[in-house]
Amino acid sequence: MSAMAALFQNPDLQYALWAFVKIFIILNGMLGIVSYLIYVERKVAGHMQARVGPNRVGPLGLLQPIADVGKLFLKEEFIPAEANKVIFHLAPIIAVVPALVTFSVIPFGPAPFFVTDVNVGLLVFLAMSSLGVYAITLGGWSSNNKYALLGGLRSSAQMVSYELAMGLSTIGVLLIANSLSLGAIVAQQSKFWHLGPLAIPSWNLFFQPVAFVVFMITALAETNRAPFDLPEAEAELVAGFHTEYSSMKFGLFFLGEFMNVISISCIAVTLFLGGWSGPGPASLGILWFMLKLFVLLFFFIWIRWTYPRLRYDQLMNLGWKVLLPIALANVLVTALLVFWGILP
Amino acid sequence: MIQALFVALSAIAVVSSLLVILHRNPVTSALFLVVSFCSLAGIYLLQHAEFLFAVQIIVYAGAIMVLFLFVIMYLNLKSDVETGVQIAVRRGIGWLVGAVLAAEGLWLMARHWAPGPTSLQPAADTDNTRAVGQLLYTRYLFPFEITSLILLAAMVGVIVMARGRGHASRGEER
Repeated sequence: MSAMAALFQNPDLQYALWAFVKIFIILNGMLGIVSYLIYVERKVAGHMQARVGPNRVGPLGLLQPIADVGKLFLKEEFIPAEANKVIFHLAPIIAVVPALVTFSVIPFGPAPFFVTDVNVGLLVFLAMSSLGVYAITLGGWSSNNKYALLGGLRSSAQMVSYELAMGLSTIGVLLIANSLSLGAIVAQQSKFWHLGPLAIPSWNLFFQPVAFVVFMITALAETNRAPFDLPEAEAELVAGFHTEYSSMKFGLFFLGEFMNVISISCIAVTLFLGGWSGPGPASLGILWFMLKLFVLLFFFIWIRWTYPRLRYDQLMNLGWKVLLPIALANVLVTALLVFWGILP
Repeated sequence: MIQALFVALSAIAVVSSLLVILHRNPVTSALFLVVSFCSLAGIYLLQHAEFLFAVQIIVYAGAIMVLFLFVIMYLNLKSDVETGVQIAVRRGIGWLVGAVLAAEGLWLMARHWAPGPTSLQPAADTDNTRAVGQLLYTRYLFPFEITSLILLAAMVGVIVMARGRGHASRGEER
Protein backbone atom coordinates (compact mmCIF):
# COMPACT_ATOMS: atom_id res chain seq x y z
CA MET A 1 0.00 0.00 0.00
CA SER A 2 2.77 2.43 0.94
CA ALA A 3 4.61 1.42 -2.23
CA MET A 4 1.53 2.38 -4.21
CA ALA A 5 1.26 5.67 -2.33
CA ALA A 6 4.92 6.38 -3.03
CA LEU A 7 4.37 5.62 -6.69
CA PHE A 8 1.58 8.17 -6.83
CA GLN A 9 3.84 10.76 -5.22
CA ASN A 10 6.07 10.59 -8.31
CA PRO A 11 5.51 13.98 -10.04
CA ASP A 12 6.12 12.54 -13.55
CA LEU A 13 3.48 9.88 -13.01
CA GLN A 14 1.05 12.39 -11.54
CA TYR A 15 1.56 14.64 -14.54
CA ALA A 16 1.03 11.75 -16.96
CA LEU A 17 -2.11 10.57 -15.13
CA TRP A 18 -3.58 14.07 -15.01
CA ALA A 19 -2.85 14.55 -18.72
CA PHE A 20 -4.45 11.18 -19.45
CA VAL A 21 -7.61 12.14 -17.57
CA LYS A 22 -7.84 15.42 -19.49
CA ILE A 23 -7.22 13.71 -22.83
CA PHE A 24 -9.92 11.14 -22.00
CA ILE A 25 -12.47 13.85 -21.19
CA ILE A 26 -11.67 15.98 -24.25
CA LEU A 27 -11.60 12.99 -26.61
CA ASN A 28 -14.99 11.71 -25.49
CA GLY A 29 -16.45 15.21 -25.30
CA MET A 30 -15.36 15.85 -28.86
CA LEU A 31 -16.81 12.58 -30.11
CA GLY A 32 -20.11 13.58 -28.53
CA ILE A 33 -19.96 17.06 -30.03
CA VAL A 34 -19.15 15.63 -33.47
CA SER A 35 -22.11 13.27 -33.51
CA TYR A 36 -24.49 16.02 -32.44
CA LEU A 37 -22.88 18.49 -34.84
CA ILE A 38 -23.91 16.13 -37.64
CA TYR A 39 -27.45 16.11 -36.20
CA VAL A 40 -27.45 19.93 -36.04
CA GLU A 41 -26.12 20.12 -39.59
CA ARG A 42 -28.94 17.90 -40.86
CA LYS A 43 -31.56 19.83 -38.89
CA VAL A 44 -30.28 23.24 -40.04
CA ALA A 45 -30.03 22.02 -43.63
CA GLY A 46 -33.57 20.68 -43.37
CA HIS A 47 -34.97 23.97 -42.12
CA MET A 48 -33.03 25.94 -44.74
CA GLN A 49 -34.64 23.80 -47.43
CA ALA A 50 -38.12 23.99 -45.88
CA ARG A 51 -37.93 20.41 -44.54
CA VAL A 52 -37.86 19.27 -40.92
CA GLY A 53 -34.73 17.13 -40.97
CA PRO A 54 -34.35 13.94 -38.91
CA ASN A 55 -37.30 13.63 -36.48
CA ARG A 56 -38.14 9.91 -36.21
CA VAL A 57 -35.51 8.40 -33.90
CA GLY A 58 -36.24 9.53 -30.38
CA PRO A 59 -37.80 12.87 -29.36
CA LEU A 60 -37.04 15.53 -32.05
CA GLY A 61 -34.83 12.91 -33.73
CA LEU A 62 -32.25 13.35 -30.95
CA LEU A 63 -31.20 9.69 -31.05
CA GLN A 64 -30.46 9.89 -34.79
CA PRO A 65 -26.62 10.22 -34.37
CA ILE A 66 -26.54 7.06 -32.23
CA ALA A 67 -28.56 5.16 -34.82
CA ASP A 68 -26.23 6.47 -37.56
CA VAL A 69 -23.08 5.33 -35.77
CA GLY A 70 -24.64 1.92 -35.05
CA LYS A 71 -25.51 1.58 -38.72
CA LEU A 72 -21.95 2.49 -39.76
CA PHE A 73 -20.50 -0.16 -37.48
CA LEU A 74 -22.84 -2.87 -38.72
CA LYS A 75 -22.49 -2.23 -42.44
CA GLU A 76 -20.52 -4.56 -44.66
CA GLU A 77 -16.95 -3.54 -45.21
CA PHE A 78 -15.82 -3.59 -48.81
CA ILE A 79 -12.22 -3.39 -49.99
CA PRO A 80 -11.49 -3.14 -53.73
CA ALA A 81 -9.53 -6.13 -55.02
CA GLU A 82 -6.74 -4.09 -56.61
CA ALA A 83 -6.42 -1.62 -53.71
CA ASN A 84 -3.17 -1.14 -51.87
CA LYS A 85 -4.42 -2.80 -48.67
CA VAL A 86 -2.04 -1.33 -46.07
CA ILE A 87 -2.43 2.27 -47.22
CA PHE A 88 -6.18 1.74 -47.72
CA HIS A 89 -6.44 0.82 -44.02
CA LEU A 90 -4.03 3.55 -42.94
CA ALA A 91 -5.73 6.52 -44.63
CA PRO A 92 -8.87 6.72 -42.39
CA ILE A 93 -6.63 6.54 -39.30
CA ILE A 94 -4.54 9.45 -40.57
CA ALA A 95 -7.78 11.35 -41.13
CA VAL A 96 -8.70 11.22 -37.44
CA VAL A 97 -5.41 11.27 -35.50
CA PRO A 98 -3.97 14.71 -36.50
CA ALA A 99 -7.41 16.27 -36.01
CA LEU A 100 -7.48 14.87 -32.47
CA VAL A 101 -3.91 15.92 -31.63
CA THR A 102 -4.82 19.55 -32.32
CA PHE A 103 -7.22 19.54 -29.35
CA SER A 104 -4.29 19.01 -26.99
CA VAL A 105 -3.09 22.61 -27.43
CA ILE A 106 -6.44 24.41 -27.49
CA PRO A 107 -7.19 26.40 -24.32
CA PHE A 108 -10.89 25.69 -23.68
CA GLY A 109 -10.84 27.67 -20.46
CA PRO A 110 -8.58 28.97 -17.70
CA ALA A 111 -6.01 26.85 -15.85
CA PRO A 112 -7.23 23.23 -15.74
CA PHE A 113 -9.29 23.30 -18.95
CA PHE A 114 -6.56 22.48 -21.45
CA VAL A 115 -4.22 19.53 -21.90
CA THR A 116 -1.06 21.55 -22.39
CA ASP A 117 0.02 25.06 -23.33
CA VAL A 118 3.19 24.66 -25.40
CA ASN A 119 5.13 27.71 -26.51
CA VAL A 120 4.59 26.83 -30.19
CA GLY A 121 0.88 26.00 -29.84
CA LEU A 122 -0.20 27.65 -33.07
CA LEU A 123 2.55 25.89 -35.02
CA VAL A 124 1.38 22.54 -33.65
CA PHE A 125 -2.06 23.30 -35.06
CA LEU A 126 -0.60 24.25 -38.46
CA ALA A 127 1.60 21.12 -38.46
CA MET A 128 -1.35 18.84 -37.70
CA SER A 129 -3.57 20.46 -40.30
CA SER A 130 -0.80 20.00 -42.87
CA LEU A 131 -0.54 16.29 -42.00
CA GLY A 132 -4.28 15.92 -42.55
CA VAL A 133 -3.74 16.18 -46.31
CA TYR A 134 -2.22 12.70 -46.35
CA ALA A 135 -5.47 11.02 -45.35
CA ILE A 136 -7.36 12.26 -48.38
CA THR A 137 -4.47 11.93 -50.83
CA LEU A 138 -3.60 8.39 -49.75
CA GLY A 139 -7.22 7.32 -49.44
CA GLY A 140 -7.83 8.50 -52.99
CA TRP A 141 -4.71 6.86 -54.38
CA SER A 142 -4.94 3.50 -52.63
CA SER A 143 -8.55 2.85 -53.68
CA ASN A 144 -7.39 2.22 -57.27
CA ASN A 145 -10.36 4.12 -58.64
CA LYS A 146 -10.04 7.01 -61.06
CA TYR A 147 -12.62 9.19 -59.35
CA ALA A 148 -10.98 8.61 -55.99
CA LEU A 149 -7.55 9.41 -57.44
CA LEU A 150 -8.83 12.63 -59.02
CA GLY A 151 -10.39 13.62 -55.69
CA GLY A 152 -7.14 12.88 -53.87
CA LEU A 153 -5.07 14.91 -56.34
CA ARG A 154 -7.48 17.83 -56.15
CA SER A 155 -7.38 17.82 -52.39
CA SER A 156 -3.59 17.79 -52.13
CA ALA A 157 -3.33 20.72 -54.55
CA GLN A 158 -6.13 22.60 -52.77
CA MET A 159 -4.93 22.07 -49.22
CA VAL A 160 -1.28 22.90 -49.95
CA SER A 161 -2.39 26.10 -51.71
CA TYR A 162 -4.67 27.29 -48.94
CA GLU A 163 -2.30 26.34 -46.13
CA LEU A 164 -0.01 29.20 -47.17
CA ALA A 165 -2.70 31.85 -46.99
CA MET A 166 -3.92 30.41 -43.68
CA GLY A 167 -0.44 30.50 -42.13
CA LEU A 168 0.10 34.07 -43.32
CA SER A 169 -3.28 35.23 -42.00
CA THR A 170 -2.31 34.16 -38.47
CA ILE A 171 0.97 36.14 -38.51
CA GLY A 172 -0.81 39.44 -37.87
CA VAL A 173 -2.28 38.00 -34.66
CA LEU A 174 1.16 36.71 -33.64
CA LEU A 175 2.69 40.15 -34.21
CA ILE A 176 0.13 41.70 -31.86
CA ALA A 177 0.33 38.96 -29.22
CA ASN A 178 4.12 38.69 -29.47
CA SER A 179 3.87 34.97 -28.74
CA LEU A 180 3.08 31.63 -30.40
CA SER A 181 1.47 30.24 -27.26
CA LEU A 182 -2.33 30.06 -27.55
CA GLY A 183 -2.65 30.81 -23.82
CA ALA A 184 -0.72 34.07 -24.24
CA ILE A 185 -2.82 35.01 -27.28
CA VAL A 186 -6.01 34.61 -25.21
CA ALA A 187 -4.53 36.54 -22.28
CA GLN A 188 -3.65 39.43 -24.56
CA GLN A 189 -7.28 39.62 -25.77
CA SER A 190 -8.97 39.49 -22.38
CA LYS A 191 -8.82 43.25 -21.72
CA PHE A 192 -11.77 45.60 -22.13
CA TRP A 193 -12.09 49.14 -23.47
CA HIS A 194 -14.61 51.29 -21.67
CA LEU A 195 -16.43 53.70 -23.95
CA GLY A 196 -18.92 55.26 -21.55
CA PRO A 197 -21.36 52.53 -20.52
CA LEU A 198 -20.08 50.21 -23.27
CA ALA A 199 -17.31 47.72 -22.59
CA ILE A 200 -15.73 46.49 -25.82
CA PRO A 201 -13.52 43.41 -25.57
CA SER A 202 -10.09 43.83 -27.20
CA TRP A 203 -10.52 40.87 -29.51
CA ASN A 204 -8.16 40.43 -32.44
CA LEU A 205 -11.27 40.47 -34.66
CA PHE A 206 -11.26 44.27 -34.29
CA PHE A 207 -7.51 44.65 -34.88
CA GLN A 208 -7.27 42.06 -37.64
CA PRO A 209 -10.59 42.00 -39.54
CA VAL A 210 -8.91 41.20 -42.87
CA ALA A 211 -6.93 38.34 -41.34
CA PHE A 212 -10.14 36.96 -39.80
CA VAL A 213 -11.95 36.89 -43.15
CA VAL A 214 -8.94 35.27 -44.88
CA PHE A 215 -8.63 32.74 -42.05
CA MET A 216 -12.29 31.75 -42.23
CA ILE A 217 -12.20 31.32 -46.03
CA THR A 218 -9.04 29.22 -45.86
CA ALA A 219 -10.56 27.26 -42.97
CA LEU A 220 -13.47 26.29 -45.22
CA ALA A 221 -10.99 25.19 -47.89
CA GLU A 222 -8.73 23.29 -45.48
CA THR A 223 -11.63 21.29 -44.09
CA ASN A 224 -12.97 20.55 -47.61
CA ARG A 225 -16.34 22.05 -46.77
CA ALA A 226 -18.62 23.59 -49.35
CA PRO A 227 -18.07 25.82 -51.31
CA PHE A 228 -14.60 24.25 -51.44
CA ASP A 229 -15.60 20.56 -51.34
CA LEU A 230 -14.01 19.77 -54.70
CA PRO A 231 -12.24 16.63 -53.47
CA GLU A 232 -15.63 14.96 -53.10
CA ALA A 233 -17.64 16.89 -55.69
CA GLU A 234 -20.46 14.38 -56.15
CA ALA A 235 -21.63 15.78 -59.48
CA GLU A 236 -18.28 15.09 -61.16
CA LEU A 237 -16.40 12.56 -59.01
CA VAL A 238 -19.11 10.24 -57.61
CA ALA A 239 -17.90 10.80 -54.04
CA GLY A 240 -14.28 11.79 -54.62
CA PHE A 241 -11.59 10.32 -52.42
CA HIS A 242 -13.97 8.19 -50.32
CA THR A 243 -15.81 6.56 -53.24
CA GLU A 244 -14.52 3.09 -52.34
CA TYR A 245 -14.78 3.44 -48.57
CA SER A 246 -17.65 1.86 -46.71
CA SER A 247 -18.71 1.02 -43.18
CA MET A 248 -16.72 2.54 -40.31
CA LYS A 249 -13.78 3.46 -42.59
CA PHE A 250 -16.08 5.93 -44.30
CA GLY A 251 -17.25 6.87 -40.81
CA LEU A 252 -13.68 7.71 -39.81
CA PHE A 253 -13.27 10.05 -42.80
CA PHE A 254 -16.53 11.72 -41.85
CA LEU A 255 -15.40 11.95 -38.22
CA GLY A 256 -12.05 13.42 -39.28
CA GLU A 257 -13.74 16.07 -41.40
CA PHE A 258 -16.01 17.18 -38.57
CA MET A 259 -13.13 17.03 -36.07
CA ASN A 260 -11.20 19.34 -38.36
CA VAL A 261 -14.15 21.72 -38.58
CA ILE A 262 -14.34 21.84 -34.78
CA SER A 263 -10.59 22.20 -34.24
CA ILE A 264 -10.23 24.94 -36.83
CA SER A 265 -13.21 26.76 -35.29
CA CYS A 266 -11.57 26.43 -31.87
CA ILE A 267 -8.41 27.99 -33.28
CA ALA A 268 -10.44 30.80 -34.88
CA VAL A 269 -12.15 31.48 -31.53
CA THR A 270 -8.77 31.49 -29.78
CA LEU A 271 -7.01 33.69 -32.31
CA PHE A 272 -9.70 36.20 -33.21
CA LEU A 273 -12.63 36.04 -30.78
CA GLY A 274 -10.83 36.25 -27.46
CA GLY A 275 -10.82 32.52 -26.65
CA TRP A 276 -12.40 31.81 -23.28
CA SER A 277 -12.31 35.43 -22.10
CA GLY A 278 -15.63 37.11 -21.42
CA PRO A 279 -17.52 39.04 -18.77
CA GLY A 280 -18.07 37.44 -15.39
CA PRO A 281 -15.77 35.24 -13.31
CA ALA A 282 -13.03 33.18 -14.96
CA SER A 283 -14.91 29.96 -14.14
CA LEU A 284 -17.45 30.93 -16.82
CA GLY A 285 -14.61 30.81 -19.37
CA ILE A 286 -15.45 27.42 -20.78
CA LEU A 287 -19.07 28.48 -21.35
CA TRP A 288 -17.96 31.58 -23.27
CA PHE A 289 -15.63 29.42 -25.33
CA MET A 290 -18.41 26.96 -26.18
CA LEU A 291 -20.80 29.81 -27.08
CA LYS A 292 -18.29 31.36 -29.50
CA LEU A 293 -17.44 27.92 -30.87
CA PHE A 294 -21.07 27.15 -31.63
CA VAL A 295 -21.53 30.49 -33.39
CA LEU A 296 -18.62 29.63 -35.71
CA LEU A 297 -19.85 26.06 -36.22
CA PHE A 298 -23.25 27.41 -37.21
CA PHE A 299 -21.45 29.74 -39.62
CA PHE A 300 -19.76 26.73 -41.25
CA ILE A 301 -23.11 24.95 -41.68
CA TRP A 302 -24.81 28.12 -42.89
CA ILE A 303 -22.14 28.66 -45.59
CA ARG A 304 -22.36 25.03 -46.69
CA TRP A 305 -26.05 25.17 -47.44
CA THR A 306 -25.93 28.63 -49.00
CA TYR A 307 -23.13 28.81 -51.54
CA PRO A 308 -22.58 26.71 -54.68
CA ARG A 309 -19.30 24.91 -55.23
CA LEU A 310 -16.43 26.74 -56.92
CA ARG A 311 -14.94 25.55 -60.18
CA TYR A 312 -11.39 24.20 -59.91
CA ASP A 313 -9.66 27.12 -61.69
CA GLN A 314 -11.70 29.62 -59.63
CA LEU A 315 -10.55 27.84 -56.48
CA MET A 316 -6.87 28.08 -57.45
CA ASN A 317 -7.20 31.71 -58.56
CA LEU A 318 -8.90 32.65 -55.29
CA GLY A 319 -6.18 30.95 -53.25
CA TRP A 320 -3.09 32.16 -55.06
CA LYS A 321 -4.12 35.46 -56.65
CA VAL A 322 -6.53 36.88 -54.08
CA LEU A 323 -6.12 35.40 -50.59
CA LEU A 324 -2.32 35.08 -50.59
CA PRO A 325 -1.62 38.71 -51.65
CA ILE A 326 -4.26 40.00 -49.20
CA ALA A 327 -2.72 37.97 -46.36
CA LEU A 328 0.79 39.20 -47.28
CA ALA A 329 -0.35 42.84 -47.40
CA ASN A 330 -2.05 42.36 -44.04
CA VAL A 331 1.21 41.08 -42.53
CA LEU A 332 3.08 44.09 -43.91
CA VAL A 333 0.54 46.66 -42.68
CA THR A 334 0.31 45.02 -39.23
CA ALA A 335 4.10 44.89 -38.92
CA LEU A 336 4.36 48.60 -39.77
CA LEU A 337 1.58 49.52 -37.31
CA VAL A 338 3.22 47.47 -34.55
CA PHE A 339 6.60 49.01 -35.39
CA TRP A 340 5.21 52.56 -35.15
CA GLY A 341 3.51 51.65 -31.89
CA ILE A 342 -0.04 52.27 -33.14
CA LEU A 343 -1.16 48.72 -32.39
CA PRO A 344 -0.44 47.26 -28.93
CA MET B 1 12.73 8.31 -20.12
CA ILE B 2 14.24 10.83 -22.54
CA GLN B 3 17.03 8.37 -23.33
CA ALA B 4 14.50 5.66 -24.17
CA LEU B 5 12.47 8.02 -26.36
CA PHE B 6 15.62 9.13 -28.14
CA VAL B 7 16.67 5.55 -28.87
CA ALA B 8 13.18 4.65 -30.10
CA LEU B 9 12.86 7.72 -32.33
CA SER B 10 16.31 7.35 -33.84
CA ALA B 11 15.70 3.65 -34.48
CA ILE B 12 12.49 4.56 -36.33
CA ALA B 13 14.38 7.25 -38.26
CA VAL B 14 17.15 4.86 -39.35
CA VAL B 15 14.84 1.99 -40.27
CA SER B 16 12.40 4.17 -42.18
CA SER B 17 15.25 5.92 -44.03
CA LEU B 18 16.58 2.53 -45.11
CA LEU B 19 13.11 1.50 -46.24
CA VAL B 20 12.86 4.69 -48.32
CA ILE B 21 15.63 3.46 -50.59
CA LEU B 22 14.96 -0.28 -50.32
CA HIS B 23 11.22 -0.39 -50.93
CA ARG B 24 10.05 -1.03 -54.47
CA ASN B 25 6.84 0.99 -54.41
CA PRO B 26 7.48 4.76 -54.84
CA VAL B 27 4.43 5.78 -52.79
CA THR B 28 5.48 3.57 -49.88
CA SER B 29 9.00 4.97 -50.13
CA ALA B 30 7.64 8.51 -49.93
CA LEU B 31 5.54 7.55 -46.89
CA PHE B 32 8.56 6.10 -45.11
CA LEU B 33 10.35 9.40 -45.76
CA VAL B 34 7.44 11.13 -44.01
CA VAL B 35 7.83 8.75 -41.05
CA SER B 36 11.56 9.49 -41.00
CA PHE B 37 10.92 13.27 -40.99
CA CYS B 38 8.40 12.92 -38.18
CA SER B 39 10.79 10.91 -36.00
CA LEU B 40 13.48 13.52 -36.67
CA ALA B 41 10.98 16.14 -35.52
CA GLY B 42 10.48 14.10 -32.35
CA ILE B 43 14.24 14.14 -31.74
CA TYR B 44 14.24 17.94 -32.12
CA LEU B 45 11.47 18.08 -29.54
CA LEU B 46 13.57 16.01 -27.11
CA GLN B 47 16.35 18.61 -27.54
CA HIS B 48 13.86 21.38 -26.58
CA ALA B 49 13.95 22.77 -30.11
CA GLU B 50 10.16 23.21 -30.30
CA PHE B 51 10.27 25.63 -33.19
CA LEU B 52 12.40 23.30 -35.31
CA PHE B 53 10.01 20.45 -34.44
CA ALA B 54 6.99 22.34 -35.72
CA VAL B 55 8.74 23.70 -38.80
CA GLN B 56 10.12 20.26 -39.66
CA ILE B 57 6.59 18.84 -39.72
CA ILE B 58 4.95 21.83 -41.45
CA VAL B 59 7.58 22.26 -44.17
CA TYR B 60 9.00 18.80 -44.79
CA ALA B 61 6.24 16.38 -43.82
CA GLY B 62 3.31 18.69 -44.57
CA ALA B 63 4.34 20.54 -47.71
CA ILE B 64 7.34 19.09 -49.52
CA MET B 65 6.35 15.44 -49.15
CA VAL B 66 2.77 16.18 -50.16
CA LEU B 67 4.14 17.66 -53.39
CA PHE B 68 6.37 14.59 -53.86
CA LEU B 69 3.37 12.34 -53.40
CA PHE B 70 1.34 14.55 -55.71
CA VAL B 71 3.93 14.16 -58.48
CA ILE B 72 4.26 10.40 -57.93
CA MET B 73 0.50 9.99 -58.21
CA TYR B 74 0.18 12.41 -61.09
CA LEU B 75 2.75 10.51 -63.16
CA ASN B 76 1.19 7.27 -61.86
CA LEU B 77 4.61 5.69 -61.21
CA LYS B 78 4.30 1.95 -60.85
CA SER B 79 6.64 -0.06 -58.67
CA ASP B 80 10.24 -0.27 -59.79
CA VAL B 81 10.20 -3.33 -62.07
CA GLU B 82 12.66 -2.07 -64.65
CA THR B 83 15.56 -4.37 -65.40
CA GLY B 84 18.43 -4.37 -67.86
CA VAL B 85 21.55 -2.30 -68.39
CA GLN B 86 20.01 1.09 -67.64
CA ILE B 87 18.90 0.25 -64.14
CA ALA B 88 22.21 -1.53 -63.45
CA VAL B 89 24.17 1.58 -64.50
CA ARG B 90 21.92 3.76 -62.37
CA ARG B 91 22.38 1.47 -59.36
CA GLY B 92 26.16 1.44 -59.92
CA ILE B 93 26.34 5.23 -59.97
CA GLY B 94 24.22 5.33 -56.83
CA TRP B 95 26.52 2.95 -54.94
CA LEU B 96 29.60 4.86 -56.15
CA VAL B 97 28.31 8.28 -55.06
CA GLY B 98 27.15 6.82 -51.74
CA ALA B 99 30.57 5.27 -51.08
CA VAL B 100 32.35 8.54 -51.92
CA LEU B 101 30.04 10.47 -49.59
CA ALA B 102 30.53 7.97 -46.75
CA ALA B 103 34.32 8.07 -47.22
CA GLU B 104 34.28 11.87 -47.17
CA GLY B 105 32.26 11.89 -43.98
CA LEU B 106 34.54 9.41 -42.25
CA TRP B 107 37.63 11.31 -43.37
CA LEU B 108 36.24 14.62 -42.06
CA MET B 109 35.47 13.02 -38.71
CA ALA B 110 38.86 11.25 -38.50
CA ARG B 111 40.77 14.46 -39.25
CA HIS B 112 38.56 16.38 -36.78
CA TRP B 113 37.68 18.91 -39.48
CA ALA B 114 34.02 18.53 -38.70
CA PRO B 115 33.52 19.19 -34.99
CA GLY B 116 30.76 16.61 -34.66
CA PRO B 117 28.06 16.96 -32.03
CA THR B 118 28.72 19.68 -29.48
CA SER B 119 26.34 20.54 -26.69
CA LEU B 120 25.27 24.14 -27.07
CA GLN B 121 23.67 25.66 -24.01
CA PRO B 122 20.10 26.60 -24.88
CA ALA B 123 19.20 30.24 -24.39
CA ALA B 124 17.44 30.22 -21.04
CA ASP B 125 16.01 33.72 -20.88
CA THR B 126 14.14 33.81 -24.20
CA ASP B 127 12.09 31.11 -25.84
CA ASN B 128 13.29 28.96 -28.68
CA THR B 129 11.38 30.69 -31.49
CA ARG B 130 12.60 34.12 -30.44
CA ALA B 131 16.21 32.89 -30.32
CA VAL B 132 15.98 31.36 -33.82
CA GLY B 133 14.39 34.54 -35.20
CA GLN B 134 16.98 36.81 -33.66
CA LEU B 135 19.90 34.74 -34.99
CA LEU B 136 18.32 34.45 -38.41
CA TYR B 137 17.78 38.19 -38.78
CA THR B 138 21.08 39.35 -37.29
CA ARG B 139 24.02 36.96 -37.46
CA TYR B 140 22.79 34.80 -40.34
CA LEU B 141 20.94 37.50 -42.27
CA PHE B 142 23.23 37.31 -45.30
CA PRO B 143 23.05 33.50 -45.80
CA PHE B 144 19.29 33.73 -45.16
CA GLU B 145 18.84 36.31 -47.92
CA ILE B 146 21.12 34.36 -50.27
CA THR B 147 19.00 31.25 -49.72
CA SER B 148 15.80 33.10 -50.50
CA LEU B 149 17.39 34.55 -53.65
CA ILE B 150 18.43 31.06 -54.83
CA LEU B 151 14.89 29.79 -54.21
CA LEU B 152 13.46 32.75 -56.14
CA ALA B 153 15.84 32.04 -59.06
CA ALA B 154 14.76 28.37 -59.06
CA MET B 155 11.09 29.42 -59.04
CA VAL B 156 11.54 31.85 -61.93
CA GLY B 157 13.45 29.16 -63.85
CA VAL B 158 10.65 26.64 -63.41
CA ILE B 159 8.01 29.14 -64.55
CA VAL B 160 10.06 30.09 -67.62
CA MET B 161 10.55 26.42 -68.55
CA ALA B 162 6.88 25.55 -68.00
CA ARG B 163 5.66 28.54 -70.01
CA GLY B 164 8.15 27.86 -72.81
CA ARG B 165 6.89 24.32 -73.23
CA GLY B 166 3.27 25.45 -73.18
CA HIS B 167 3.88 28.05 -75.90
CA ALA B 168 5.81 25.57 -78.03
CA SER B 169 3.02 22.97 -77.94
CA ARG B 170 0.43 25.62 -78.75
CA GLY B 171 2.59 26.69 -81.69
CA GLU B 172 2.68 23.13 -82.99
CA GLU B 173 -1.08 22.88 -82.89
CA ARG B 174 -1.40 25.86 -85.20
